[in-house]
Amino acid sequence: MSANVELDDVWIRFGDFVAARDVNITIEGGEFFSFLGPSGCGKTTILRAVSGFLAPSQGHVRIGGQDMAGIGPNKRPTALIFQNLALFPLMTVWENISFSLEVRGAGKAERRKKADELLELIALPGQGDKFVNELSGGQRQRVAIARALAAEPKVLLLDEPLSALDLKLRQHMRTELRSIQQQVGITFIYITHDQGEALTMSDHVAVMSAGVIEQVGGGTNVYDHPESAFVASFVGENNLFSGKVSKVSADRATVETNVGNLTAATPKRSNGAKLKRGDDAYVFIRPESLKFANGSNSFDNTIKARIVQQEFEGNLWQVFLDAAQGKHIKMSMVNDGQSLGYDSGSEVALGFPSELAVALPRGPLAAE
Amino acid sequence: MKSDNFLKLWVGLFVLAFFAYLFGPLILMSVTAFNSSAFPRVAPWECFSVEWFNVLVQDDKLMHGLRNSLIIGAGVVLIAVPIGLAGALMLTQVSARVRPIYYTIVISPILVPGVVLGISTLIFWDRLGSMFGAEYDSFFYDGIFLTIIGQSTFIAAYAMLVFISRLQRFDPALEEAALDLGATHVQTFRKVLLPFLKPAVGSAAVLAFLASFENYNTTVFTIVSESTLTTVLASKVRYGINPSISALAVIIVALTLLGAVIYEIMQRRELAAEKAAAKVAADAETAGVATTTPVATRASKAGAFADPAVFIVLLVFAAGLGTVYFAGTYGLEECKVRVAEQKRALTKKRVKERQTLEMFKGAAPSEDTGAAGGGQPKIEAKGTEGYRGIFDPGNLEGQVESEKNGKVEAKGTEGYRGIFDPGNLEGQVDSSEQQ
Repeated sequence: MSANVELDDVWIRFGDFVAARDVNITIEGGEFFSFLGPSGCGKTTILRAVSGFLAPSQGHVRIGGQDMAGIGPNKRPTALIFQNLALFPLMTVWENISFSLEVRGAGKAERRKKADELLELIALPGQGDKFVNELSGGQRQRVAIARALAAEPKVLLLDEPLSALDLKLRQHMRTELRSIQQQVGITFIYITHDQGEALTMSDHVAVMSAGVIEQVGGGTNVYDHPESAFVASFVGENNLFSGKVSKVSADRATVETNVGNLTAATPKRSNGAKLKRGDDAYVFIRPESLKFANGSNSFDNTIKARIVQQEFEGNLWQVFLDAAQGKHIKMSMVNDGQSLGYDSGSEVALGFPSELAVALPRGPLAAE
Repeated sequence: MKSDNFLKLWVGLFVLAFFAYLFGPLILMSVTAFNSSAFPRVAPWECFSVEWFNVLVQDDKLMHGLRNSLIIGAGVVLIAVPIGLAGALMLTQVSARVRPIYYTIVISPILVPGVVLGISTLIFWDRLGSMFGAEYDSFFYDGIFLTIIGQSTFIAAYAMLVFISRLQRFDPALEEAALDLGATHVQTFRKVLLPFLKPAVGSAAVLAFLASFENYNTTVFTIVSESTLTTVLASKVRYGINPSISALAVIIVALTLLGAVIYEIMQRRELAAEKAAAKVAADAETAGVATTTPVATRASKAGAFADPAVFIVLLVFAAGLGTVYFAGTYGLEECKVRVAEQKRALTKKRVKERQTLEMFKGAAPSEDTGAAGGGQPKIEAKGTEGYRGIFDPGNLEGQVESEKNGKVEAKGTEGYRGIFDPGNLEGQVDSSEQQ
């Protein structure tokens, strides 16, 4: 019932503006795939090209191996869940859900039966005769999903459908979406600017910036092995140190920064480019990878810094430090029931193993 | 504190004056419809009567005009509403650059004077007709057809404005959602857009009908040899009116009021339903994600409390109408006889006064010479006037004229002529139009 989606050399231009540049992605049938990027990066444009509301200026969109050129949105095996849901306000819940059957000419009894089945699936049994404005935000969300599933699409497209919900409901809906996807087994393509959503739900994530796909991979891959400065700075939090490459080995690079020489891993990049000696580079290290260096452990990288502030978040300690030349550093430590052992104002040494840090060529960063 | 009250007083007075200015003429005109006096006036009050409504219904010219107005109104609705809808939909489709230009073009018929539209419609179809060598009884020269076409040119623009304002609140994502779910463009239009526009279709139809019904300046040219209510009314005003026109006004005002009240009730019902729905949604929110208690739908809830209201309004309206009609016919004859009696007495008194006066003055002309009786010197009429041309319909006009001047003619015989019989007046109107 599911189908794979191929984007083959897709370019989308609006006048001089390029919304999507040379997009090449293959989304496997039945997987949960997310496009992650800041607003305006072109991810919604790609979704609209897949659903058929706009034609790519160049390249091909294939669904289940079939080229979709010239096929309108009402003929494609896709269903889209809109950002504002776009439920029909003048129809009841069950009429909304069974709309796709109605336009195919199904009888009322059949439509009602299908609607009731889907209401069961989304855990809203007996609510079919309500109007949409009588439902809460979360319930509308489910109705939108049911309406899209009623069309029996091979690919379900979701355009930031959770962005209007409050935090609790959003987290609840994440798990629910994932379980619905596993139940129905069709391909989900999910658009979001929220990395938490993308990482928790997806099999694969494509990180986008300014119309370009920066990196495609599993959630852990994207988080642990960013291939560009943009991905490293956009996905999760990262401490950034800039400098010049002084030494390169097979999978390590040493960068001269203003807090000293730092050695970090050099990830294998899909475009094959490698750091060379003398290149401008960034070293990224996650706050949770930083540790206090004392006698009991040793690291191949150490930074001297002074604790400015400590924030207690229950499960975590957030520690803010200043290193040489006013460089701000953030570290996170799991609360293990022990006190940190340092007060604000203490001079400390921070350490991290080189395999947990990445060295990447200088490039555009995600805006704060 | 004191100046505050002073200000309030002024505001109150202003509001009062404003409403008096707004509704005074309407109220006065409505009152004249129930006075049995042959000329629309409030004072002197003669008899409370609804006979002018009968006169109105029996006025063939007016009824013919009304029939034509209704036909034209319906025709204009059928043409202007679809064109207006198409124009408004087109506006949403053209690119942002072309939109202001397009808007100016389609709105321009409203800015063109109605007279110009009327003349140009007439000339255009006349030229077209003669080009095809059409007969004069073909539709090229048919007043009703031309009026429908002529009025639709600008009424379609009104309808379009109604649709545009509704479409501005339409979420285009709904259309895309329908398409995405497999609907064709036609299905999307029928099942999503049209239901959304339904209230606007109603408003546009009412607006188009009213604009057509009351139109004069375009119609007066395009109607050619036919007539509508407005053209008949205009010619009546030119040749002298009677209170049946007031009666028509009362009917129109009453219908308008009734429509407004019903509209208001519907509006409130819609609002109440909206509120109820919001409350249900809020309840659902607090009750958690999986509430299973079935609730009454919006329609059934709203229907339960709103329909009796409409029913009661209609009932009150009908009861009021019945009461007024009964009161207007009950005891009318007695009252009329009484008023005639009074008039006769007054006339006799005046004649007597004058005779006394003339006895002293001899053959000198009376003081109201020239003012009454259509410029006939009263002195001439003395003694013989009763036998002169009493069956001449022109007489009646003279009489109305004299009443207008607030004077009763000094004729000793009018009591026998049944001047308060409404049938007389009809004859009089006819005669005045024949002239």
